[in-house]
Amino acid sequence: MLFSALGLGIGALMLLPIYYLLLRAFQADLPTVWALLTRPRTGQLLINTFLLTACVLAFCTVIALPLAWLVSRTDLPGRRVINVLAVLPLAVPGYVMAYALIGLSGNYGFLNQVFGVTIPRMQGLWGASLALSLYCFPYLYLNLRAAFAGLDQGLEESARALGCGPKEVFARVTLPHLLPALMAGWLVIGLYVIGDFGAVALMRYEAFSFVIYQQYTAAFDRLYASWLALILIAIALSVVWWESRLREGASYARTGSGSGTGSKRLELGWGGRLAGWSFSGVVVLVSLGLPVAVLSFWMTRSAIGPVLHPLFNSFMQSLSVAVPSALMAALMALPVAVLAVRYPSRLSTLINRLAFVGYAIPALAFALAFVFFSLQGARWLYQTHLLLITVYALSFLALAIGPIRSAFYQTRPSIEESARALGHGPLSVFWRVTLPSIRPGVVAGMVLVFVIAMKELPIAFLLAPTGFRPLSITMFSRTSEGMLVEAAPYAAAIMAFSAIFVGFVLRHDKKAG
Amino acid sequence: MDLKHDPMGETMTFLRNSVFALAAFAATPTLADLTLYSGRGETLVAPIIERFTAETGINVAVRYGGTAELTILLQEEGDRTPADLFWAQDVTALGMIKPMFAEMPSETLEKVESVYRDADGRWIGISGRSRLVIYSPERLEEADLPTTMAELTDERFRGRMALAPTNGSFVAHVAALREATSDEFALEWLQGLAANEPVMVSNNTAGYQAIADGEADLMLTNNYYLGRFLAADADFPVAQTTFEAGDLGNLMMVAGIGVMEGSANKEEAVAFVNFLLGQTAQQYFTGNVYEFPVTGEGIVPVQGRGLTFQEATEAAPEFDLNLIVDMEGTLELIRESGLI
Repeated sequence: MLFSALGLGIGALMLLPIYYLLLRAFQADLPTVWALLTRPRTGQLLINTFLLTACVLAFCTVIALPLAWLVSRTDLPGRRVINVLAVLPLAVPGYVMAYALIGLSGNYGFLNQVFGVTIPRMQGLWGASLALSLYCFPYLYLNLRAAFAGLDQGLEESARALGCGPKEVFARVTLPHLLPALMAGWLVIGLYVIGDFGAVALMRYEAFSFVIYQQYTAAFDRLYASWLALILIAIALSVVWWESRLREGASYARTGSGSGTGSKRLELGWGGRLAGWSFSGVVVLVSLGLPVAVLSFWMTRSAIGPVLHPLFNSFMQSLSVAVPSALMAALMALPVAVLAVRYPSRLSTLINRLAFVGYAIPALAFALAFVFFSLQGARWLYQTHLLLITVYALSFLALAIGPIRSAFYQTRPSIEESARALGHGPLSVFWRVTLPSIRPGVVAGMVLVFVIAMKELPIAFLLAPTGFRPLSITMFSRTSEGMLVEAAPYAAAIMAFSAIFVGFVLRHDKKAG
Repeated sequence: MDLKHDPMGETMTFLRNSVFALAAFAATPTLADLTLYSGRGETLVAPIIERFTAETGINVAVRYGGTAELTILLQEEGDRTPADLFWAQDVTALGMIKPMFAEMPSETLEKVESVYRDADGRWIGISGRSRLVIYSPERLEEADLPTTMAELTDERFRGRMALAPTNGSFVAHVAALREATSDEFALEWLQGLAANEPVMVSNNTAGYQAIADGEADLMLTNNYYLGRFLAADADFPVAQTTFEAGDLGNLMMVAGIGVMEGSANKEEAVAFVNFLLGQTAQQYFTGNVYEFPVTGEGIVPVQGRGLTFQEATEAAPEFDLNLIVDMEGTLELIRESGLI
């Protein structure tokens, strides 16, 4: 009951922005809307968005699946380090990744200035896919790693004992068990790609999201933009619907008695180690080395000393939002995940789908909705810390739900039932039995929210307290004026501090150990 | 479970402590007398705002953001906005918010030429920025440079021009072209550009970069970025030129400001506007931001960082910025041309 009530509350909050968009959409002149929507170009842009999403998902899987396997299931030396390095690209701001790839090429590019080599510019579908994949793949990695860690190896051993070859074991046992994690990862990456326009625009690829941005920013229009945003939400929610259809009815928890087999790692020979290191090395070099090199290159051109003090202040302000947002998102995600896994019903399905709305709506439209409602109903809340944190938590809730829900799928209700039978109350069971077993999922979810909140822009523009200057806004103030060199220390700070946080949180991560 | 090494507990304690520490740190807002929504970047305007506070004792709380985002925010807030002032990058944004601005006193308005302020006195230009052509001096001979904006559709620039078709200044420039000529001419010009297969870039900075990188040879853009690029790298391989004197391509636009009608601090707000129009601020915009003064005497131009304001004013056409209003229609025209 408690979970349903909490879930319903969250679902209701997610409906507010949709209500707002409908309100604005019906203020528009319908023939104009029709003309805008039926342009052949609108169709072309939708196809472009679809292609981009497909490519990014493919790239991300090719990067994340082997990495997660290496870290979770083999004895590859250095896997703890790889585990942290594989998550860090999340902290790279999209524009830095795009500039890093673009900045490699050209007469005035990094490679030419430092090494005298000129390569053709990365752009279009491939350029955009690569840029997005290089900082989105950790979403999939974290989901997959948690799934590998929670997977009972006894299952694989039984399959082998029953005569399956390694390939068959992977295809028939391992892969199906990884499916919820794969889909959770694909879902958040897909939704991100559908909504992103920053890196995509820099790569000169035109996608549907850009039309919405254009409508807001070039025509200062909120009415037609609402129609476009609603279309985007419809697409996103249909993706969410398909994902949950595929996930429904799945059962991945152990049912037998006894505990699962502890992780026995595959012992890699020298050849395997070399291959593992090379693969991880290339991924780290491109996804982290490249942006770090470009930022360092920019930073050598300006003095760091004078910016240290404002940088520290901005960092503290970023932290004052990102940390509570991560906590709040995790707190919101718990009841939603419990509903999905333990109390499947139409209502819980609906709540789980609604939970993705915040992430699927273009951020600008989402923020505008909360501007509208807080000014109407809760003036005292407007442009306060509390509102900003709440909106962040709602907006990034989907990121926290994925890993937490996957973790729940692998816990056994029977253990909780035993604890109840031994006289523990529901809260005590949750705190002492359930929470410890879903810990990796909760931590992963919080890391995801924290890192994205550190670099978020449009919501902060509209809803941050006036005078609030987090790293993302200070960075934007410089890039928007073409001052990439001056922006570099702030971009570097976002990456460095996110890295410290991720490192701290993953420090005790036994799954890689 | 060994409680001394309970990772979840440690993580939680760390998070809890950080939240308390941060809440204490961040929840100390300065008591502000004025609230400014600034679409202009912090690095560019913060020093001059600090100077204002030092001179007058009036504190200014600033919300920095993109001009477009803040324009939409103000529209959404309506008369409930906490802002006293809105400082925008371009006149199109000011035009959108005009109904929410209060009329400024005539002694403030008179400081600036009437073409650089709202005809009803609700917003005023603070600094000028010129539209012009940037090009690669290595790949484009001076004899081949375009002499009019119309000439940009010429065959000889096929595949060589960078273009940011949704950039606010470009859209405003097209809106001006519609007014100065006709919708038909503007559309034809846009179609000509589209037929010339321009190198599409996401914004002005990316255009400068594309020329430096050798991907494009010229671009119609704003003047002030060159000063900033040259300040970071004196050998930046991009040069500027104007079209022939009086051509609409040399349009002088302004970044400007308005006082909100609902402001309870109009007197301080107007004092802020007057300060921005004073000698100190105008010299600052010219010398440090690489823009142009809209008022004042004896402002010293910057040498060697692109066009000077004397050159820009001599080249600029006679055009009233009040005519730039129809953004939706202009965007529609750009759509029709196939550029976006």
